[in-house]
Amino acid sequence: MRAIEEDDIAGLIGVEQYEERGEFPVEQGYVWTTCASVENGNPLFWDPAVADQVTGGPIAPPTMVSVWFRPHHWAPGRTTQALPLQIHFDLKEGLGLPEAVMSDNTIIFHEPVRPGDRLVTRQILRSVSEEKTSRLGTGRFWVIDVEYHNQRDELVAVESYTGFGYRRAAEGAGGPEGTGARS
Amino acid sequence: MSATATRRLHGTVSAGDELPELAYPVTATTVVLGALAARDWRPMHHDKDFAVHRNGTRDIFLNTPNLAGWFERFITDWTGPYGRLRRVTFRMLGSIFPGDTMVFSGVVTDTGVDDAGCGWVAIDVSVSVDDDIKTTCTARVALPVTEDDNPWDRRGDRWQP
Repeated sequence: MRAIEEDDIAGLIGVEQYEERGEFPVEQGYVWTTCASVENGNPLFWDPAVADQVTGGPIAPPTMVSVWFRPHHWAPGRTTQALPLQIHFDLKEGLGLPEAVMSDNTIIFHEPVRPGDRLVTRQILRSVSEEKTSRLGTGRFWVIDVEYHNQRDELVAVESYTGFGYRRAAEGAGGPEGTGARS
Repeated sequence: MSATATRRLHGTVSAGDELPELAYPVTATTVVLGALAARDWRPMHHDKDFAVHRNGTRDIFLNTPNLAGWFERFITDWTGPYGRLRRVTFRMLGSIFPGDTMVFSGVVTDTGVDDAGCGWVAIDVSVSVDDDIKTTCTARVALPVTEDDNPWDRRGDRWQP
């Protein structure tokens, strides 16, 4: 966790940072809870016979990949911990951009994630734009990849986030439900 | 249940095909259940006072990872269990609140077979409330090219998402 300043950017492009191991193995119960939350009746997640036939055994819904890295709300003795997109916050701090939105994200799926897997994630800064002005304010766009591997070091997914860190153009700009997820 | 019952084959799909629309009335339970299922403990997804007074929104709102789960469900309802997501791209445009009826719609924009022989379809999906688009999703999903093909069997060079 360190602020990324202007002079640091070039040296950090393409560098793996913040390797984190999930706090717990991928578990079937969370798969069911998630499927229930969106009423996903895909038999891959509910019928072991279908899972055996189609995917060689149970798997987790692919879009759950980031779920396995969100830390418990509390854990005994825990001190500080890297945030899931720590580089995003490092850039905000180092470039002096107090506001930020995530404008879009892409997930590319590789090996299926299965109950019992222990996943590892690494963050990689891919690009930082020159200063730009949007209706939200003036700031910089950046792209951060998050790679996920299983315990066999097989790539299971890559998430790519586009963020925009900025200083407000004027108080109230953008509206309370403005573009993107705030951070 | 038969695993072959809902096998949508690549050759049966064409650009312009529409996915069956899904309309869902969102409640506070939808939002809170979705946030906790995604292990997202941030208060704007379960504490209305926080959402209103700190975030300036009119209520708690669906979190992005759970919305990804809704998109996956919408797509695989159509493909059946042999459909395998290759990639998805989300663009968030606005929030979805309790009391909204969110409507998912989708259309096939392209189809093809890659160098490894894997059949794919490209789909544009959106979720709207009162015809106001809240999030868009472009997805590529693999479908079996024959009755004997299973995209989930593909690994290494045979899987090029």
